Amino acid sequence: MTARVAYADVEVGTELPSRTFPVDRARLVRYAGASGDFNPIHWNERFAKDVGLPDVIAHGMFTMAEAVRVITDWTGDPGALLQYGVRFTKPVVVPDDDKGAAIEVAAKVAKKLDDEARTVQVDLTVTSAGTKVLGMSRAVVELA
Amino acid sequence: MALDQSFVGRTYPPSRPYEVGREKIREFAEAIGDDNPAYTDVEAAKALGHPDVIAPPTFVFSVTFQEASAVVRDPKLGLDYDRVVHGDQRFAYHRPVRAGDVLSVTSTIESIKSLAGNEVLDVRGDVQDAAGAPVVTVHTKLVARAVEAAEAAEAVEGK
Repeated sequence: MTARVAYADVEVGTELPSRTFPVDRARLVRYAGASGDFNPIHWNERFAKDVGLPDVIAHGMFTMAEAVRVITDWTGDPGALLQYGVRFTKPVVVPDDDKGAAIEVAAKVAKKLDDEARTVQVDLTVTSAGTKVLGMSRAVVELA
Repeated sequence: MALDQSFVGRTYPPSRPYEVGREKIREFAEAIGDDNPAYTDVEAAKALGHPDVIAPPTFVFSVTFQEASAVVRDPKLGLDYDRVVHGDQRFAYHRPVRAGDVLSVTSTIESIKSLAGNEVLDVRGDVQDAAGAPVVTVHTKLVARAVEAAEAAEAVEGK
């Protein structure tokens, strides 16, 4: 593994570059196909509303995939990721308009775990339309 | 009705092997809009020390979820799958999944709990390669909402 961020260069509180990831209906259809998750709540508004949702929602795993890009873009090597976990707290609602929704991701180094293994814990804050959509969102990363 | 606790610790045998292809990884990376070259460019992946292109971190869920679904759909467990939502998801990587891997998954029910009428299941998927070496451990928490709560929510919504 070849992370381009050195363990010695980060401290608890170091912020990773924030990102905003757009998501529209076409993106969800594409993700459904690539992931094999064809649950209609992710593409059929009539079905989503029938089961009590406000509208079509993004796949939780899609949101999880986007959020970790803040870390893999930071390290350069996605193989530097050792652990990654989230709790799905609120759905990302994706309206059928020209804009869709946005997933906003901020992250910072929460702990330096092991000086020899050069591992850090990174905590993620993931929101959409001002609502936290992932909780307990954290990763362990091996740095250079 | 509470689920049968005797299912805790039950292990379901390895699945049909899943062969990871370069083009499937590319399709997945494009679907999430991630242009990291480690996912699509063999030379870029090799420059990072990987023998072939690697898969984005959450790619493997598509493989394990089929298995976890089969577990919770076990008719003897008696879970109403229509009420199941994804609660938590966690991955512990031994190494990245990469093109050419032939993966198999062994699923284990780690715990069954009743919380406020909801049934909460923790399912672990141990993913190994063709040589039997561990690749990633996948922890999936599934929550089956209480029937009463689901009906009450619908009543509030005027259904």
